[in-house]
Amino acid sequence: MSRPQADEPPPGPGGPPASGPPASGPPASGAPASGAPASGPPASRPPASGAPASGPPASGRQAGPGRPPPGPVGPAAEIRAVGVRRPGRWIAGAVVLLVALTLVRSVATNPRFEWGVVGDYLLDTRILHGVLVTIELTVAAMAAGIVLGVVLAVMRRSANPLVSGSSWIYIWFFRGTPVLVQLLFWNSISALYPRLSVGVPFGPELFSLDANTLTKPFVVALLALGLNEAAYMAEIVRAGIISVDEGQTEAAQSLGMRRLQIMRRIVLPQAMRVIVPPTGNETISMLKTSSLVSFIALADLLYAAQQIYAVNYKIIQLLLAASFWYLLMTSLLYVGQYHLERRFGRGGPGGPPPAAWLRGRLRRPRRRAGRPPWRTG
Amino acid sequence: MVSAVSVHKRFGRLEVLRGITLEVAPGEVMCLLGPSGSGKSTLLRCINHLEKVDAGRLSVDGELVGYRESQGRLYELREAEVAGKRAEIGMVFQRFNLFPHMTALENVIEAPVRVKRLARSEAVERGEELLARMGLADKRSAYPAQLSGGQQQRVAIARALAMAPKLMLFDEPTSALDPELVGDVLAAMRRLAAEGMTMIVVTHETGFAREVADTVVFMDDGVVVERGAPGEVLANPRHPRTQAFLSRVL
Repeated sequence: MSRPQADEPPPGPGGPPASGPPASGPPASGAPASGAPASGPPASRPPASGAPASGPPASGRQAGPGRPPPGPVGPAAEIRAVGVRRPGRWIAGAVVLLVALTLVRSVATNPRFEWGVVGDYLLDTRILHGVLVTIELTVAAMAAGIVLGVVLAVMRRSANPLVSGSSWIYIWFFRGTPVLVQLLFWNSISALYPRLSVGVPFGPELFSLDANTLTKPFVVALLALGLNEAAYMAEIVRAGIISVDEGQTEAAQSLGMRRLQIMRRIVLPQAMRVIVPPTGNETISMLKTSSLVSFIALADLLYAAQQIYAVNYKIIQLLLAASFWYLLMTSLLYVGQYHLERRFGRGGPGGPPPAAWLRGRLRRPRRRAGRPPWRTG
Repeated sequence: MVSAVSVHKRFGRLEVLRGITLEVAPGEVMCLLGPSGSGKSTLLRCINHLEKVDAGRLSVDGELVGYRESQGRLYELREAEVAGKRAEIGMVFQRFNLFPHMTALENVIEAPVRVKRLARSEAVERGEELLARMGLADKRSAYPAQLSGGQQQRVAIARALAMAPKLMLFDEPTSALDPELVGDVLAAMRRLAAEGMTMIVVTHETGFAREVADTVVFMDDGVVVERGAPGEVLANPRHPRTQAFLSRVL
C-alpha cells in the first residue's frame, strides 16, 4: 500500500508541476493524501515564497474553525533568524589549531627526525619483506582463528556437557592469558615435548617428529596468534548464532533438515550479519598484534625495523617507517571493513539478505515501509 | 491420519497437555480453537516432533511419534529418523519463519533439494508451480523482506507443500497478519482443503472454521472440552467454557 511512495520519490523535490499553477496547488495536495503523501507538502512549499502571502492564508483561517481536516497547506514564509552565537567553539578551535601548528612545526623543523632517512628505509627490501610477512601472518592467523572459532562456537552449543565444557575452558584459558605469554610458551614448547608423536592414546605410536621442526618462528607465531584469535572469534560467532531467531531452526526442522544442514544453510548465513563487523575489528587488531612476533625473531615488519636500527641506531626513523606501513595497512582494512559493514549491516532493519551479497549481487532490494523486515514478528 | 490417546505434555511443573484424545481421518480438516495457553500450539508441535510427549500415545499415519515400538519396548528415534518423519508433515507458523536470506523460490526448493535430493531443475519447476498456485508467480525472486505478511505466509505454505506432505499443520497462520491480508491466506488454505489435504489448523478465525472444517475441537487448559461438527460446536456449544469463549470471540 505504501509502495508508490517508495517507487516514485522524484516528484517531491523537483516540484515543477506545483510551480506552474500556484492556485491549484494547495487544494490538490489535500485530496490524494494516500496516493503520494511525500510529494504533497514539499511541492506546495516553493510557490510560497513567490506568491502573494495574503490570499491563501485568509482562506485558511476561515476554513480553520469550521473544518479542521484540510490542514496547514497555505504558503508560509521561510524562517530567517539570527543564530545563537557560540564563542566557545571559536576559542576551542583556535586552541586546537595553535597546538596542532606547534606540533607540526616542531616535527617538521626538528632536524633530528631525519625524515630523509625515514624515506630511504620505506622501500628497503628488508622492510618490504617484513610487510609481506606481517600480511601473511595476519591472513593466516585470522583464517585459522575463524575456522577454529566457528568450531568452538558450535561446540559451545552442544548438548554434551563435555563438549561444551571443553570449549568453555579453551575460551577461558586463551582469553585469560596474554597473547605474548602464549607466543613465548609455544616458542619453548620443545622444552616440554622434545618429540611430538602421533599414535593411539595409551597405545602404539604411529609416527613422530622432532618438535624443533614445528617451532620454526612462523609456525609458532601462526599457532599462538591463531589459537588465541580462535577464542575471541568463538564468542563473536556464538553471538551471531544466538542472534538468529529460534523460529528459523524450527522451520528448517519441520522441513526435515538435519542439524548440520540447518547450521550451514540457514543459521550461519544469517549470523554473518552480526559476525562480520567485529571480525573486521579483529583483523585490524591482529595486524598490529602480529608485531609481537618480533619477540620470537620472526622477520615481520617490526622485527625488520629492529634489525636495521640495531646496526645503524636510527631507531626513531625506522619505527616511523614501520608505523607508516602499519597505518597504510590498517587504513586499507578500514576501507574494506566499511564496505563489508555496509553490505552486511544494512540488513538491520530492511537491508538485503546476506546471500545477495555472497552471490555478488549488489542490487539493493527496496523495502516496503511499515513492516518489520528481517525477522518478521 | 493422526491419533492421540491420552497425550500429556509437561514443561517443568506446568502441565500443558492433560490427556488429549482425538482422531483425525485422512482428508479431514480439523480446527483447534481455544484461549491462548490452552495447549493448541503445543499439541501441533508434538505432532511434528518439535516437542516430546511425556505420556500417552501419539501417532501419525499409524506410526508412533518420536518412538519406535518393538517387542513391547519404546525406543527413542534417532535424529535422522525424526527428520524423516518431519519431512512428511508440513508446518506453517504464526510468524512465517521464512528464510530471510533466500528468495521466495529458494525458500520453496531448499528442502526438496537438500532433504529429498531432488534435482534442482525439477525442484525449481515444482516450486514455481506451487508459487503460482499461491498466486505468487511473479514473486519468485523476491526476498521475504520485500513481501507483505500475507505473501510471506503463502510462500511459507508453498514451502511446506513442496515436500509433498501427507499432513499439514497450521499454527495460527493468520494471527500475525493485517486484517486485510488474512483473506488471501485463508483462500489458499481453503483451496488446499478442497484438494483433500489432511489439515490441522490452530486458529481464531471462527468464520474459516465454520466454512472449511470438518471437525472443530475446542480446547481449554490442556484438555479437549468439546468437539464436533462446526455447526454444532460453533452454533450450539454445550459446554459453558465453550459458550463463554465463543461469546467473547464472535
